[in-house]
Amino acid sequence: MSIMEYNGGCVLAMMGKDCVGIATDLRFGVQGMTVAYNYEKVFDVGPQLYIGLPGLATDTETVLQRLKLRVNLYELKEGRKLQPAVLTSMVANMLYERRFGPYFVEPVIAGWDSKKNKPYLSTMDLIGCITETDEFALAGTCSEQMYGMSEALWQPDLNADELFESISQAMMNAFDRDAVSGMGAIVHIIEKDKVTTRKIKTRMD
Amino acid sequence: MASERYSFSLTTFSPSGKLVQIEYALAAVASGAPSVGIKAANGVVLATENKHKSILYEEHSVNKVEMITNHIGMVYSGMGPDNRLLVKRARKMAQQYKLMYNEPIPTAQLVQRIAMVMQEYTQSGGVRPFGVSLLIAGWDNDRPYLFQCDPSGAYFAWKATAMGKNFINGKTFLEKRYSEDLELDDAVHTAILTLKESFEGQITADNIEVGICDANGFKRLDPATVKDYLANIP
Repeated sequence: MSIMEYNGGCVLAMMGKDCVGIATDLRFGVQGMTVAYNYEKVFDVGPQLYIGLPGLATDTETVLQRLKLRVNLYELKEGRKLQPAVLTSMVANMLYERRFGPYFVEPVIAGWDSKKNKPYLSTMDLIGCITETDEFALAGTCSEQMYGMSEALWQPDLNADELFESISQAMMNAFDRDAVSGMGAIVHIIEKDKVTTRKIKTRMD
Repeated sequence: MASERYSFSLTTFSPSGKLVQIEYALAAVASGAPSVGIKAANGVVLATENKHKSILYEEHSVNKVEMITNHIGMVYSGMGPDNRLLVKRARKMAQQYKLMYNEPIPTAQLVQRIAMVMQEYTQSGGVRPFGVSLLIAGWDNDRPYLFQCDPSGAYFAWKATAMGKNFINGKTFLEKRYSEDLELDDAVHTAILTLKESFEGQITADNIEVGICDANGFKRLDPATVKDYLANIP
């Protein structure tokens, strides 16, 4: 079994019209054994800025902490908050520094670009190869199912409510077909000057 | 090797609490060729004297005004070789920033980092402080920036300033001439006039250098353009 599937878990993000959403499942397990069902893999690292770090849980935590260090230093040095594109580049560099002994996480970044005044969405592989998109981005153990669901449910210019519905349905119906993901989810919908966070209840088996 | 084990800083406090090495460095700057920087409403200008000791010298082969990145340029007063090292370091720091954040380095950030290098050379063993002061012109956030960076590592943001030989006269002249809503063209004119204040001999396009920085980025003006500006100066 791949180390990427050791703890299970998934993250899905979608772009809407003047909004972007990012969702995480809540399961934390060790192979087949479920250990907790309150384990979020999406973290806020700035105002209107979220990063999802699905993969090996120990690396999720390490990458988050090392990233926070860099983000804090950036904000102190530059006296300003990060833009999502800057965070993406920062994380990609951080991962590539471990090119030959990588952190086993596949980040998804969603946020509001206050310079261009529009939503931002990107993802990368575990060594920091960036994909910027204005459709959807996902990573985790049930990626194949999520791709199928997202291809079906995503369409351009969804409003915030429709976006929430699409993300939730795509996420839930994908991870219900995966033994090592699921057990509830948390969805953040990012808009120009607000973030709505909702918890969704799903099958607990 | 014994000399590697002990390497003390040459910059140490005098009993009165001064760092005389830094004062000597500032003296080297104050006896160096004058340079001027002026921030206009729509850009920044840097200008400096580049006089040659002999008519045999090939003009425009060694430059004092240097581009650091597309939107930042630099000029110095003091020692040429020291400046070259700082230009090299500045260019590298700018590219490293771009590589890390995929965004051009803000002028204030570059200045801070250059200042850090200059400060290091006041406290490290086996080195001396830089014999240069820098003027750094940049354009970001849709506005111009002008900074001065001294051998001690201190830096200042100016609207207009002069360094090098006769810098006090230069500053007095700028205080009289400066206004907030100056256009870049007028600022170039004023910068050349400021150099002219203390210039020995005739100013030509071959013995001064001018650089401008605006929304289109930084560029060193070619001698023909400088000549056009000089045409308007009595």
